[in-house]
Amino acid sequence: MTAPATLICRNVWKLFGADAERRLAALGPAPSLEALQGAGLIPAVRDATIEVRAGEIFVIMGLSGSGKSTLVRCLSRLIEPTAGEILFNGRNLLTASEAEMIEIRRHKMGMVFQHFALLPHQTVLENVAFPLAVQGVDRARREARAREMIALVGLTGRESALPRQLSGGQQQRVGIARSLAVEPELWFLDEPFSALDPLIRRELQGEFMRLQSVLKKSIVFITHDFDEAIRLADRIAIMKDGAIVQCGTPEEIVMNPATDYVREFTRAVPKAKAVRVRTVMQPGVPADRNAPSVAATATVAEASAAFLDGAAEIAVLGADGTAVGRLRREDVVQLLLGGSEG
Amino acid sequence: MSAAELSSRTTDPSAGARWLWPLALVLLVLLCLVGAAALPWAFDYPKGLRIPAQRWIGAFVKWLTNEAAVGPIRFSDITRFIAAVIDVPYRAALNLLSTGFLKGEGSQAIQLLPPIPWPAVILLFGLIGYWVRGRATALLAMGCFLFIAIFGQWQSAMVTLASILVAVPIGVIGGLLLGIAAFRHPWLDRALKPVLDLMQTMPVFAYLVPILILFGFGPTAAVVATLIYAMPPMTRLTTLSLRRVPSEIDDLGRMVGCTRSQMTWRVLVPAAQDALMVGVNQVIMLSLNMVIIASMIGAGGLGFDVLAALRRLDFGAGLEAGFAIVAMAVALDRLSQAAAVRQRSMPAPGPWHRRHPYVVAAILIVTTGYVAGHFLPAVRHYPEAWELSTSAFWAAAVQWLNVNFFDYFEAIKNAVLLNLLVPVKRLMVGLPWAGVTAFLAFAGWRVGGWRLGLLTGALSFLIAATGQWEKAMITLYLCGISTAIAMAIGVPVGIAVAARDRLWRAVQLIIDTLQTLPSFVYLMPVVMLFRVGDFTAMIAVIAYAVVPAIRYTVLGLRGVDPRLIEAGRAMGCTPRQILFSIRLRLAAPEILLGLNQTIMFALSMLVITALVGTRDLGQEVYIALTKADPGRGLVAGLAVAFIAIITDRLISAAAARTRERLGLTTH
Ligand SMILES: Nc1ncnc2c1ncn2[C@@H]1O[C@H](COP(=O)(O)OP(=O)(O)OP(=O)(O)O)[C@@H](O)[C@H]1O
Ligand SMILES: [Mg+2]
Repeated sequence: MTAPATLICRNVWKLFGADAERRLAALGPAPSLEALQGAGLIPAVRDATIEVRAGEIFVIMGLSGSGKSTLVRCLSRLIEPTAGEILFNGRNLLTASEAEMIEIRRHKMGMVFQHFALLPHQTVLENVAFPLAVQGVDRARREARAREMIALVGLTGRESALPRQLSGGQQQRVGIARSLAVEPELWFLDEPFSALDPLIRRELQGEFMRLQSVLKKSIVFITHDFDEAIRLADRIAIMKDGAIVQCGTPEEIVMNPATDYVREFTRAVPKAKAVRVRTVMQPGVPADRNAPSVAATATVAEASAAFLDGAAEIAVLGADGTAVGRLRREDVVQLLLGGSEG
Repeated sequence: MSAAELSSRTTDPSAGARWLWPLALVLLVLLCLVGAAALPWAFDYPKGLRIPAQRWIGAFVKWLTNEAAVGPIRFSDITRFIAAVIDVPYRAALNLLSTGFLKGEGSQAIQLLPPIPWPAVILLFGLIGYWVRGRATALLAMGCFLFIAIFGQWQSAMVTLASILVAVPIGVIGGLLLGIAAFRHPWLDRALKPVLDLMQTMPVFAYLVPILILFGFGPTAAVVATLIYAMPPMTRLTTLSLRRVPSEIDDLGRMVGCTRSQMTWRVLVPAAQDALMVGVNQVIMLSLNMVIIASMIGAGGLGFDVLAALRRLDFGAGLEAGFAIVAMAVALDRLSQAAAVRQRSMPAPGPWHRRHPYVVAAILIVTTGYVAGHFLPAVRHYPEAWELSTSAFWAAAVQWLNVNFFDYFEAIKNAVLLNLLVPVKRLMVGLPWAGVTAFLAFAGWRVGGWRLGLLTGALSFLIAATGQWEKAMITLYLCGISTAIAMAIGVPVGIAVAARDRLWRAVQLIIDTLQTLPSFVYLMPVVMLFRVGDFTAMIAVIAYAVVPAIRYTVLGLRGVDPRLIEAGRAMGCTPRQILFSIRLRLAAPEILLGLNQTIMFALSMLVITALVGTRDLGQEVYIALTKADPGRGLVAGLAVAFIAIITDRLISAAAARTRERLGLTTH
């Protein structure tokens, strides 16, 4: 069931401060937060271990300053980790030369930024074609590819607009199109929707899910919004003070928060939004052969609409479309009423 | 402000030490009153201990020209080589605009191709104006150049334009490369900083002589001098604006796999484009500002005409050439400003001539011009019969003013001289160097920490030790009085216009235009009315330096958070209270920076007023120039630079402190 890991990050540390590497080593194998701060170091990432599987959306969630951006910048080696190991398709990135890193970033990685990072004097078309231009792809080919990407994010017709002529949501669509232009294997998104209005944010989240259902990238998605994490994630890692406090599927996290800190987040979120149908379904098929059906991977909240017609049970379908179980009305009601209380 | 300075300021026990300032002042006054007899060395720096910097520098320049060598290549060969390299584009531009392409030498020369006909040049500038902004800018640019033609300044103006066309690209590219290098290598940035400070504060006259010696007399030496003057702001702006590029853009560049040079040229420089264009505008305006001074070492053109007319006391001719410089400055300023904010449009698809309509139009204009010029002499050269001259009018007007109002002017001048200038001068010249140095060191320490104190004390000591003290005090007295008056005019004007949008826009247009005028232009009318002397110098300096006083006051007042004013109103403050205890208080840091700029403007103008017979450091520099004595000029020039650096550092530190105390964020 588990896909192979695209990116493995083992025991990664990032400390800011002079001579951090030597001082970290001097503090022993697992220094505490207080010990590090006492030594005058800023611990941005502490002993982070994660594994991003092929084709999954891996969300890193944490409050401001918890070290998310630092971690993701370590993963792409935009900054050097103080200690640890980062394996991309089995290749240790930390031993790669600068030239190799340039090659990997050019062809294997894409990144979307919180504030879009569009080049202000280039048109939408030039912005999207930019990663290809850097690689030296000729104009005709890179513009054709850029037009494809622009169409993919629904901006056809705005190719010659400048970034400042676009709304925030449109600008981020350009950012997304640009990051996809090189067909990356690994896609980083650092709080891509945080700078947008709630309505636009929802719209782009939907767009993002649609894209992913087609593209099937391996994704590292950063957010400080637990709702967003639940909505998008296959798996979530929750960070606090630079350390990962829990890692698991949204269901696991909502059903079994590992610490009080995590429980605080889950309290505000209706369980039905996180729990998948397959978790609460019963074996067998519904008595009523014409009962509505729902995918096993849908959330219970999504499935609940099917009960509006009065059905007592609905069919649950697997990925191949065959029935794998049934979902009972009372289980759904119980979960809904159990509501947001942990 | 470095972190070290910040921390040393936060650790000093400022609250309990308020009595230190009065104490220092009292000590200084005591020294002035009773010290003269007891401590004569504190008033006259002992001759025996003088640092013979003039001799050293003179010897150094001589060594550079005669002996210095890198391996087999002599240093003077290098400088001559640079001059030769600059000469190539300069000749080309000059041929194109002024002399035409010639074959052969001297009087036997045959013209292969005449210069671009004047209507074509005017239309080209119109085309550029249309390209960067639109019809209005096109008309303005054409109007300016037509003005130059009508008043018979075309030939000289094209010579000047040729040197600007060479100096500006070299200045921009050189400044850009240096700025990028400083951005990449922090050590270079640290090393460059004091050099740029000196380049910007040193009076131009001071380095004309060494340049003359190293590069020879002629237009290329003038271009070199212009570069030294005009490049530093470009360098600074480049480093600054590259630092300001958002870190996300930087990350983007690395994530898409840019190499180092792609990072610089395809990501950072384009992202900083707007700020860089401000730098280009600065280089253009500073180059134009140098036009007249550069003509002292061989740049011909309008600058030479102004200077020659001034020497003949032919004010009419001088004014006309001066107006031509102003017209050119206005045109180039507007064009470069418009270029900075130009909206890019996608080129129309299609064949080459469709995608580049402006290039096609330019080619058409030039060829049509040449063809028309072949048949019509009036197109080839602007006909003298069409020229207007106001020179006689100006001469008559000045004469009329002088005949009818001479007594009034003299009375005003003498009253100010006797009651203000002379007493202050006497006071300043009587100050003991040791006391002033100690006081400056103390002030530096109090507002900016011990490093600043060390700097201000050391620079002040150097001025005394190199024998420049008395002249420096005369500079300071003229600069101080002019600054005080400029502030006394500028701040109230600023207060009056700050709250009125429409008025401020009008005033802004005026002061923007005033700032594009080369500083020499200010000198001319004043000299006509008041002849030579300190009073004349003072008026010219005030006229030049009042602009920043107004501008910064307005910027400061308009920058005050409107919510605070609302709050004041809600608390029942009278308009007067709102002005004094809210708006002016919060605008204080900005106004302090305005003061700083006013002083810098005053100092740079003061050096030029040496031409009207002041007796200060500027005069020393100017005399050194006429005697071609590099040591003497540079030492006096350095003294001016030191004064500028001391005031700049003290006021900036004070402004930063005030800002911190008011809880305003430092940017
Ligand atoms: N270059 C740096 N030097 C020193 N400290 C840094 C640096 N970059 C980040 N930090 C510190 O590391 C910690 C983690 O920062 P990071 O930007 O990774 O947080 P984040 O989770 O992305 O927060 P946000 O949601 O605000 O983006 C913070 O305490 C921050 O102050
Ligand atoms: Mg972040």
